[in-house]
Amino acid sequence: MLRFIASRLARAALTIAMVVTFAFIVLRLSGDPAQIIMGADAPPEAVDAFRTAWGLDEPIWVQYFSYFWAILQGDLGRSMRDGRDAIVLVTERIPATLALTLPALAIKICLGIPAGIYAALHRNSLADRVVMIIAVAGFTVPSFVLGLLLVLVFAVQLGWLPSGGQESWRHGILPVITLGLGGAAVLARFTRSAMLEVLGQPFIRTASAKGVPWRAVVTGHALPNAAIPTVTIIGFMVGTLIAGAVVVESVFSWPGVGRLLVVAVANRDLAVVQCILLLVAITMVCANLIVDLLYGLLDPRLRAAPGKAA
Amino acid sequence: MPLVSLTGLSVAFDGAPALRGIDLSVAKGEAVGLVGESGCGKSVTWLAALGLLPNKARISGSVVLDGQELIGAPPAILEKVRGGRIAMIFQDPASSLNPVHRIGKQITEALALHRNMVGQAARSEAKRLLDLVGIPDASRRLDAYPHELSGGQNQRVMIAIALAGQPELLVADEPTTALDVTIQAQILELLKDLRRHMGMTLVLISHDLGVVADSCERVAVMYAGRIVEEAPISRLFSAAAHPYTQGLLGALPPMDGPRRRLAAIPGGVPEPWAMPPGCAFAPRCAHRVAACDAGVPGLIPLAASHRVACLQVAQVAMPRESVPA
Ligand SMILES: Nc1ncnc2c1ncn2[C@@H]1O[C@H](COP(=O)(O)OP(=O)(O)O)[C@@H](O)[C@H]1O
Ligand code: SF4
Ligand SMILES: [Mg+2]
Repeated sequence: MLRFIASRLARAALTIAMVVTFAFIVLRLSGDPAQIIMGADAPPEAVDAFRTAWGLDEPIWVQYFSYFWAILQGDLGRSMRDGRDAIVLVTERIPATLALTLPALAIKICLGIPAGIYAALHRNSLADRVVMIIAVAGFTVPSFVLGLLLVLVFAVQLGWLPSGGQESWRHGILPVITLGLGGAAVLARFTRSAMLEVLGQPFIRTASAKGVPWRAVVTGHALPNAAIPTVTIIGFMVGTLIAGAVVVESVFSWPGVGRLLVVAVANRDLAVVQCILLLVAITMVCANLIVDLLYGLLDPRLRAAPGKAA
Repeated sequence: MPLVSLTGLSVAFDGAPALRGIDLSVAKGEAVGLVGESGCGKSVTWLAALGLLPNKARISGSVVLDGQELIGAPPAILEKVRGGRIAMIFQDPASSLNPVHRIGKQITEALALHRNMVGQAARSEAKRLLDLVGIPDASRRLDAYPHELSGGQNQRVMIAIALAGQPELLVADEPTTALDVTIQAQILELLKDLRRHMGMTLVLISHDLGVVADSCERVAVMYAGRIVEEAPISRLFSAAAHPYTQGLLGALPPMDGPRRRLAAIPGGVPEPWAMPPGCAFAPRCAHRVAACDAGVPGLIPLAASHRVACLQVAQVAMPRESVPA
């Protein structure tokens, strides 16, 4: 078990290091931050001074290693825009993003899983078809289209809800629904196919042949098995709690991490972009770690037998 | 009075017939074999009787257990019958057990349903059942998961689960097909032992006439969704009357040789959606005459407890010399 966790942690660290490196390379290759921040017609001396101030005149590998070294010491750098610590800039946006993504995750789970189970249990019924059509639509319609559609109907036409901003909880309703519906559709599809797969297994027939009432066959025998693949998808969704709302935050002008990312990329505000990417990588890696541990809990076949453990 | 009688039991999937009128009675305490090639409807017969087929299956006919009609019976009745009066075990023991539940839990679940046993009482009864079916170190095995046991041991666990409800009838559907030969013999021996000690009625389904011959007193031969011959085992071996049964016997290896699968009859089973109008065996039959295509032959008695569904039975069953000139 210790060995399992150690190898997982090592892999997680490697993943994060790769994300950091990748972000560094892409950002440095995609334009000169000094020029962009100072503006196209800034005097060359000013741009040079900016470069020296931020260490941009050093060779690229020196920049990379000093950046990496700083991260290892917990220093994520400062924003080139206003000189504040990147980590502070980013963390103060996290509550706003979570205010969208956490309720959206609840919608995904509370709507998607029961819908998927119901559809599987009533396969080929009208309800199943309706659920599947909605699920496929939710799967294929991009979130900005769905978001704009909701704005058109509920903000512009009906005037029930605001179309953007963050002044009250009512401003959060449309973005949360936009995020939640799309994810619920994905989860419904996965849950349905996981359930169908399990319901076709011989052990389900064994349970019925034993005299277990159908309800108990579903809850006691089918669900615990169908939970195994479903947890992967939920884990993936937990991994996107921080970064999963970039598009929706932009559509609804919601001042979360996603919007900060868009602005920071446009400005080549390197430290901020890298800080966000690091945060995203850490969230995803943690979510994966949790999924792996849950797998072991849900599926005894993945648990090392006592004594047999390597 | 028979324990279970099936009358005119028919099943169709999406319009294709899988069973076409099964008539079969099982008396208390006897062991009946059900043989026939894969796909002839052996499993469907008993799954239909217990209401275990998917909803799309169209079922007609009657299955009566001790005066109680099972076809169309409400779920509450069927749930008492399943495992409590008729238990069933299946071909592939590894996938027939729930991979995420411990062995003990899968046994005590049946004990709770049919014998109201819970807690420590259920656990010690589960241990007794594992001992009974020959699982070594039973109390430790209660906490094992199916993937930690071998195929043969899993089939023993399936038998323990089946015994938990103290059923009157055990339907064993190809219980040894997925196991290797030495384990096969052990499981068949276990079934025989249990029957002797508990007076349990047994229906043994197999595609292997040899397996059935060792364990049963009576055998019903199925072909393309119908029973074509039914006789005591000894009679079947000495005086098989249906050309298909004769083909099966001809395909058996010599008594002391190794067992083979039955496959030596030329031709193939007709597809369910393209059944011949008359006798389903006609396309493969050497004794076929024009009348064979006119209608489906019914089972007719030939001798005490020997019935056969063949129009040409006089020509097929009798040795050539005894046919009057
Ligand atoms: N769930 C099902 N859906 C559709 N067809 C089925 C189903 N179960 C069995 N059948 C068909 O019914 C026929 C009899 O099957 P079965 O009873 O399993 O044969 P066997 O004699 O090998 O046990 C086969 O043609 C099979 O394809
Ligand atoms: S009824 Fe005719 S075709 Fe069918 S088995 Fe008898 S002889 Fe052959
Ligand atoms: Mg079968």
